[in-house]
Amino acid sequence: MNASRRLDRTLPQLLRDNAETGGSRAALREKDRGIWQTYNWKDYWEQSRDFALGLAAAGFKRGDKLSVIGENRPRLYFAQLAAQCLGGIAVPVYQDAIATELAYVLDHAETSVIVAEDQEQVDKVISLQTRLPHLKLVVYDDPRGLLNYDYPFLKSFEAMLQQGRAFGAAHPGYVENEIDAGAPDDVALFSYTSGTTSRPKGAMLSHRNLLVPAAVFAEAEALTASENHLAYLPMAWVGTSLVSIALHILLGFTCNFPEKPETVQRDLRELGPTIGLAPPRFWENTLTQVLVRAADASPLKRRLFEYFRRVAEQAEQLKADGKPVPPHIALARMCGEILVYGPIRDQLGWRRARVVYTGGAPLGADVFKFFRAIGVNLKQVYGATELSGLCSVQPDKEVDPDTVGRILAGMEARIADGDEVEIRSAGIFKGYYKQPEVTQEVLTEDGWLKTGDAGFIDRRGHLAIIDRAKDVGRVDDGTSFAPQYLENKLKFSQYVGEAVVFGDGRPFVAAIVAIDPSTVGKWAERNSLAYTSFQDLCARPEVMGLVRDEIRKCNALLPPPTRIRRFLVLNKEFDADDDEITRTRKIRRRFVAEKYAAVIDGFYGGASEVELNAEITYEDGRKAMLRSVLASGDVEGGEAVTTSAVRGLAPAPVPAE
Amino acid sequence: MAFGATQSATARGDSSGEIQLAVTGVSKRFGGVRAVEDVSIAVPRGSIAAIIGPNGAGKTSLLNMISGFYRPDTGSIIFDGRDITRARPPEIAGLGIARTFQNIALFGGMTVLDNIMLGRHVRMKSGVLSSFIYWGLAQREEVAHRARAEELIDFLELQDLRKQQTSALAYGLRKRVELARALALDPELLLLDEPMGGMNQEEKEDIARYIIDVNEQWGTTIILIEHDMAVVMDISDQVSVLDRGRKIAEGTPAEVQRNPDVVHAYLGAHHEPGERAA
Repeated sequence: MNASRRLDRTLPQLLRDNAETGGSRAALREKDRGIWQTYNWKDYWEQSRDFALGLAAAGFKRGDKLSVIGENRPRLYFAQLAAQCLGGIAVPVYQDAIATELAYVLDHAETSVIVAEDQEQVDKVISLQTRLPHLKLVVYDDPRGLLNYDYPFLKSFEAMLQQGRAFGAAHPGYVENEIDAGAPDDVALFSYTSGTTSRPKGAMLSHRNLLVPAAVFAEAEALTASENHLAYLPMAWVGTSLVSIALHILLGFTCNFPEKPETVQRDLRELGPTIGLAPPRFWENTLTQVLVRAADASPLKRRLFEYFRRVAEQAEQLKADGKPVPPHIALARMCGEILVYGPIRDQLGWRRARVVYTGGAPLGADVFKFFRAIGVNLKQVYGATELSGLCSVQPDKEVDPDTVGRILAGMEARIADGDEVEIRSAGIFKGYYKQPEVTQEVLTEDGWLKTGDAGFIDRRGHLAIIDRAKDVGRVDDGTSFAPQYLENKLKFSQYVGEAVVFGDGRPFVAAIVAIDPSTVGKWAERNSLAYTSFQDLCARPEVMGLVRDEIRKCNALLPPPTRIRRFLVLNKEFDADDDEITRTRKIRRRFVAEKYAAVIDGFYGGASEVELNAEITYEDGRKAMLRSVLASGDVEGGEAVTTSAVRGLAPAPVPAE
Repeated sequence: MAFGATQSATARGDSSGEIQLAVTGVSKRFGGVRAVEDVSIAVPRGSIAAIIGPNGAGKTSLLNMISGFYRPDTGSIIFDGRDITRARPPEIAGLGIARTFQNIALFGGMTVLDNIMLGRHVRMKSGVLSSFIYWGLAQREEVAHRARAEELIDFLELQDLRKQQTSALAYGLRKRVELARALALDPELLLLDEPMGGMNQEEKEDIARYIIDVNEQWGTTIILIEHDMAVVMDISDQVSVLDRGRKIAEGTPAEVQRNPDVVHAYLGAHHEPGERAA
């Protein structure tokens, strides 16, 4: 396949080509009723074409926007391509977003057609209907529970296809002409940024924006049409559009969708994908699962696991340092491959994986090393929504947990004032939709994108990211520190779910820690520690002691001024519905700082107890206040504090108004 | 409750008014205890009927008589024009009446899938010999039944638990598996004994949604015993109230709520109808 020639085309043009040249090859697979169902490239094209005709019959025109809401489902992909066939724009949105968030994006994007996965999503859209003046048509994929819905604007996917075929018979060649009229620089997609700082912004990406980085990446990593990929990350994430649409259609490999979010682990194992992409959170969770299962295994198995894990990490360290691996370690490693590493990879579903990536946020070095040590070729990639996803990757022989690799061919990176990383690439977006002023703020006059990340370029030419440029802070004595770096160190502990670190303009560094309920729960079980609820568990002095030990371990590796001196165990998890983290699970540090301002003042005021009034949001968007008194503790010599009782803990949230 | 918003009880189902199950004057005594006395209930095809009442009112005994676990001392039970008063449980199951139990009755050592396949048993035709050889007919049959089981797994969103042992599942999930097994019978009439007992609000809403979906999608008639009044009032077409073995009221949820006898049975004292909180 001639990649460069294919770059001057649009996604629908490439899709049509794929159907003509390799129509019978598998394009998409989804697991339905327990069986993997295949759609080949011909099916993909025909369904997209017929749906496009259905849209045309409903009055959808060039430049109109279509949103999909739901898990990864073939029909949602058909719908996005169908919109692009007609010169329209796909606007995937996060399916777990609460109503107000969703309303903002759909209204801002002026979406006229919504394709919803099921009743849950349809209900959500109907509840927002009055706030969406541009909405004309809602199409659903799964008809279950929707039989008796009587709304004039609601249609089933089948009905749209039927309508499309009828329209196609009356207007032969309609879609083909529309596709031919498309140009590679037309906007194909609005990707709404997760917005760690503000309201979501819609990055406009053209066909070329998506295809060029995809092509360069495929070449750098020698990806081919024989790849097998499982797409289970939200459709609204730019990485999904890049890999599961642009790269998928460009190379023509097979993309699979899991049965349900809960079955991802099993589906991975059944499929044995050859490539994978996941945010750090996924790898952290996977490692936690492995450790929990190892801890629960029989003593013999547990010892084997621990021994061979040490061997693997030792060998990996030697390799990273460029030293030869002594024969006895090499031999032990071979045994480990048969007894431990291979079986673990098999259980995790990565046995056939040639290469897997982590991106979106930094991954703790220890998590990273663990996966590499057991033979998973895990590499860091770096990118941004405004860059259509990707701009750097680590070459196979230069993998290193501290960098995000080399800038891809045809792209450039430079370090501007304040260590901010700037990138120039063909993937740079066409601007934020309806926000030209904000667009100007992120683009330099000579066409570079300000990523907002602080970083440097090392001797080898690798790009390394330290933190968000504006988050890098200084404690009172002038020592600079990167909060994210400390948080990642903390999060390597299997007991720490999330952590937020403060200290800019303060005398010392302090942390708010949210524990991982599954591992701390197991730990409590093993230590016969009785508890009633998550909140109760968080408030146990023993748990505070556990977290303190973890922080001490982490502190041992840090220079004294940036060590964490005080901490607090939060009695809830950070939640995207409460705006504390983004839908892609990045901490919104500024928001957290505001929300927990009283707690933070308490840290520095030296109080051993702080009152927390946190607003929490239920999944349906209702809000309530959580009032509780939390104990904060000193990391060193804080024994006295751990015994202080936690008073007035209100287990049941009381309504806000 | 969330599901009340888009759906009213009257807009649902295909209740044609034709009576599918007619229970007439049934009584049941255990020694000196009159568990059920002269109770009559008529359930139209495709409707959702609720039976409510205080503890010991005879609700479960009535359900046990319909499903053939008890034989009524007097009275008759007619299902689809057939007299099933004296029929045994397997015959009744064969006619298309399925049930779930108040205290979950699953096979703990078997997987979710196996428990559901077990529910298909009365619909299986091939005998021991042909099943043993597993060829042709038996194989095709197995595949068809498995397909139906998978439909139910999909319907009740049990995909990730397919191969899990049921004993290891949480209570709410086991209740859902039991519902799946009852549905595996392809029942015309589904008897649910406290399907939401011991559940939290979210789990209750889920189950209520499934019950409405079953009724809508397959037109299955449903009789349920339930204590949560909010749920009963939201999803049922008709409500019968039992107290100490007797039926004391019957009607639409709104009618029953206004009935002074019901208020008395529930609150134990005489209240003016207007005083009662919903």
